Amino acid sequence: MELLTPDLGLFVWTLIAFLAVFFILRKFAWGPILKSLNERETGIAESIATADRVRKEMADLKNENEKLMMQAREERAAMLKEAKETRDKIVNEAKDVAKVEANKIIADAQVQIQQQKMAALTEVKNEIGNLAIEVAEKVLRKQLSTDDAQSHYANLLAEEVKLN
Amino acid sequence: MSFRRFFSFLILTFALFSVSVPSFAQEASSHEKEDMAPHNADVTEAGAEHGAHGEKKKGFDASEVIFGHIGDSHYWHFFDVNEHPVAIALPVMVYNKNTGSFDVFSASKFEHGHAEHMGYHLEHGMKEKIVYGNDPATKNNLIDFSITKNVLSMIISVVLLLWIMTSVAKKYKKNGTMTAPTGFQNALEPVIGFIRDEVGKPNLGHKYMRYMPLLLTIFFFIWINNLLGLLPGGANFTGNIAVTACLAVVSFLVMIFSGNKHFWGHLFNPPGVPLGVKFLLVPIEIISLFIKPVALMIRLFANILAGHIVILSVISMIFIFGALSKVAGWGFVPVSLAFSIFMFFLELLVAAIQAFIFTNLTAVFIGQAVEEAHHHDYEHEEYHKENPATGQGYNVSEDEIIAL
Repeated sequence: MELLTPDLGLFVWTLIAFLAVFFILRKFAWGPILKSLNERETGIAESIATADRVRKEMADLKNENEKLMMQAREERAAMLKEAKETRDKIVNEAKDVAKVEANKIIADAQVQIQQQKMAALTEVKNEIGNLAIEVAEKVLRKQLSTDDAQSHYANLLAEEVKLN
Repeated sequence: MSFRRFFSFLILTFALFSVSVPSFAQEASSHEKEDMAPHNADVTEAGAEHGAHGEKKKGFDASEVIFGHIGDSHYWHFFDVNEHPVAIALPVMVYNKNTGSFDVFSASKFEHGHAEHMGYHLEHGMKEKIVYGNDPATKNNLIDFSITKNVLSMIISVVLLLWIMTSVAKKYKKNGTMTAPTGFQNALEPVIGFIRDEVGKPNLGHKYMRYMPLLLTIFFFIWINNLLGLLPGGANFTGNIAVTACLAVVSFLVMIFSGNKHFWGHLFNPPGVPLGVKFLLVPIEIISLFIKPVALMIRLFANILAGHIVILSVISMIFIFGALSKVAGWGFVPVSLAFSIFMFFLELLVAAIQAFIFTNLTAVFIGQAVEEAHHHDYEHEEYHKENPATGQGYNVSEDEIIAL
């Protein structure tokens, strides 16, 4: 039973030592250590939160960039298309104008050709007429060179008139 | 990473302890040689000189060895060399109620219990104690404030504890908070974190920071003393009931002084209990209030004491068998060593577990004392509120609202 009876001396010494340790450590050890631990934990939590936020921002930025790229690509395609259309339009217009012009030229040429042809034909006809007249003159001159012939012819003509 | 380092530190401690076990055995084997081959001359000499000690010399007295170790002493006794104890005599400080004087002298004056000094002499029962004179009426009428083996061991552990903790705290200050812990800081951080997260926060809620210094001091004070007690030649400090009583009184006082209105109200006037039952319940509650520190005191004391007794018993087996025959003694050495190594490992575990349990129960008791009104108060009228617009009922306490 002696083991179960506490000694007052040891009790007092333990109490003094324990309280001394408690107050010293509370001021010089537990305070700073617990403070650091808490600070580190909140620091780490904050860092993680910041990292998450930055990651999200990065993702947002990337999305935005992609969206911009897409938009740019679309705009380029649209511009290309428009340019192509404009080119085609210009070419077609030019073609049409050229065609009209060509047709007009051709028509003019044909008209001129026609006129030239007619002029040439008229000239040829006149020439032929003149030639025929000249030939007839020569023939008449030859046939009517004598008086007999002239009178015979005149009689013939007169007969013709009578008949009529 | 930090856990692995702490683990290797534990392994190292284990290794150190297991290395020291043989030296423990050697220390005792000097006894063995003397005891196994007692000279006749020695016996007669001892018989003449020691009186009561003489008869013990004939064989190995395990209970003397064991009680000699687990009890307190005014010497720090290491081992005997040729019947001469190698020991440090510690200062004796006695308040003598008979003479009203406070006497201070070295225990060496007692010459290992053989001599008398200033009227005092040592009495060896189950415990070693100082008595004044031989008159039964006055001989125990004194208070012993000596720096005994236990007190010295405690002073050593306190110095160690202060040195370790302040150097770790300095490291925190020096390295800043966001640097990874290094060295001993790394070993202690998980332990401190464990006490905070597994003991403080669950039991004390948002008020935990107020009690953390106390919990940490209790835990490390008990732990380091448990560990130092395991060293061969170490004192049985935490296995002394005065020590555990002191710690229990501290946690009891903290519990009493942090008790809030809710705690005392439930203790002396439990709500919702019929008057007749109250007469039964209140005394039980009051008794249970005092049983808490007593349980704390006895649990730590008994665990550590039992551990020391078992280890010493296992070691003593060698000498008990040795007293029967030399062959049996040597033959029992491996068995005994294996047992004691096993027990040392177990005691290392117990050292930490008991420190943790003491701390945890202190936290639980304080937690009960500072607990705010909770669910069971809902039956009170004032905790019941209703939303006039929707007719929805709510149970309202200080920190939560629950819809019905």
